Amino acid sequence: MDQLTTFLAVTLMSVSKQSVSRPPSAQSNAVSIDIIDGYLRYHNSAEFILAGLNIHIPARGWTCILGRSGCGKSSLLRYLANLLQDKVEWAGEVNTHPLCDSKEQITYMAQQDLLMPWLSALDNVMLSTKFGSADPLAQKKHLALDKAHALLQKVGLKDKANYLPQQLSGGMRQRVALARTLMQDKPIILMDEPFSALDAVTRYRLQNLAYQLLQNKTVVLITHDPQEAIRLANQLYIMQGRPAFAESLNVPKSATPRNFDAQFAELQQTIMERLEHDYE
Amino acid sequence: MIMNELTQAAQTDQTNNPNVNVPPRALKNKRSLYKSLLRMSINAAVIVGLWQAVVVIFEMPSFILPSPLDVFEKLMERHQVLLKHSWVTAQEIILGLLLGLTMGLLFALQMLLFKPIKRWLLPLLIASQAVPVFAIAPVLMLWLGYGIASKIVMAALIIFFPITTCCYDGLRNTPVGYLELAQTMGATKWQMLRHIQFPAALPTLASGIRVAVVIAPIGAVAGEWVGSSEGLGYLMLQANARMLIDEMFAALFILSALSITLYFVANKLLKKWIPWEA
Repeated sequence: MDQLTTFLAVTLMSVSKQSVSRPPSAQSNAVSIDIIDGYLRYHNSAEFILAGLNIHIPARGWTCILGRSGCGKSSLLRYLANLLQDKVEWAGEVNTHPLCDSKEQITYMAQQDLLMPWLSALDNVMLSTKFGSADPLAQKKHLALDKAHALLQKVGLKDKANYLPQQLSGGMRQRVALARTLMQDKPIILMDEPFSALDAVTRYRLQNLAYQLLQNKTVVLITHDPQEAIRLANQLYIMQGRPAFAESLNVPKSATPRNFDAQFAELQQTIMERLEHDYE
Repeated sequence: MIMNELTQAAQTDQTNNPNVNVPPRALKNKRSLYKSLLRMSINAAVIVGLWQAVVVIFEMPSFILPSPLDVFEKLMERHQVLLKHSWVTAQEIILGLLLGLTMGLLFALQMLLFKPIKRWLLPLLIASQAVPVFAIAPVLMLWLGYGIASKIVMAALIIFFPITTCCYDGLRNTPVGYLELAQTMGATKWQMLRHIQFPAALPTLASGIRVAVVIAPIGAVAGEWVGSSEGLGYLMLQANARMLIDEMFAALFILSALSITLYFVANKLLKKWIPWEA
């Protein structure tokens, strides 16, 4: 047992040492994003789906964006993730602070876990090391391996490293996806309802885990679940209307992830009423 | 029903038990192997029984339908000749499979990578299937001679179409989410192909290979019928001409056994290499 703890300590130390030894690029810094007067239209459609969109995404915090399905919140996130390059027309500004190429700085986490069925949990976590040429981890294979093991341990799946995704439960799979996201070590994390397919308790636990592991990251979470948004948001937006615009809502002052209390319930009721209004 | 529950129990066991690092799949596979072997031997026994019954009941002359026993005796008596010819046919089938597989893969890849070429070649590919391979067999004999080469090409040609279409479909229908994920990770076109599209296409390609393994022997034997000096197809023609019907059946039996074995070996290997296949 002692040996195990020593081993773990050494592994963790090597991981942290490695992140310290890296040059102080934008990777270790937090990035905030401002979207000013954004308009978005798909090439194959005549109507704008986003218009006059203003969103401030603070550094090192969770920005939750709520809206009914199909309101364009996913499109916004996918635009930020650079997945809509040649499919949409965009007008408006996306400013990052400090100034950087935002597509180099993001990690995207989708609704499905998107684990490759032919890779073990460990190899799935290490997927990003196979891509790109600038990644310094590509040369240091063993460091990447140590890091992936450490991350799997952090999400509580140390002993499942050699399992294939289809041998894992939905919650475990999403935890592997979370470890994969952390492996990329980017300051901005875009999440497109990653917890929506899970049962209530698994979702609750994953929210806590994600909150704990993503503390220094700038997180943008898209969701249609007001409860999830209120639990995690430092900054809360609601998107409504056609074309959609975003409106900031005040969140309780308490620390996230919030517990369910009276203020929480009240806010949830307000949001529900507004969303209900938007469905008509 | 009970079996179902058992396998379910085994599955939940392997996901919940934290001490088991390697899932106990080997055991399950072994059990299912025995079962499929048992099923196969029962099947074979029933067919041989029916065959014998037909021979006895309808008093078949041995030059129309020899009894299984006659065929078995012939099999023993002429085993050296049969083995020699089987070896030739087996070579033709396997080399034909490899050639057809390589051609199909390359064809599918270049259709995927160079869209304009695809527009030119896809109609050609379909047209090539409109010309029956059997019809061009004599031409192949003319060009490639009576040896093994023309049969390899026959087998390759006959499997070319299923392999190409399966491979192309598999490569084209990668789940969009996988591609987008790789894109956000900064994958280049080649990295995407190598690490995402190709492995994702393997299950579809595997069904193409299963079809190919079954039809490749048809190509090889048809080639031998058109013109050859060795191989099981040649042996069957010779035996038929000399009214050695039991020898013809013996060759037929070996050919079937060869095809079935090939299919099961391929199936087993594919399952082992592509364990995530549904």
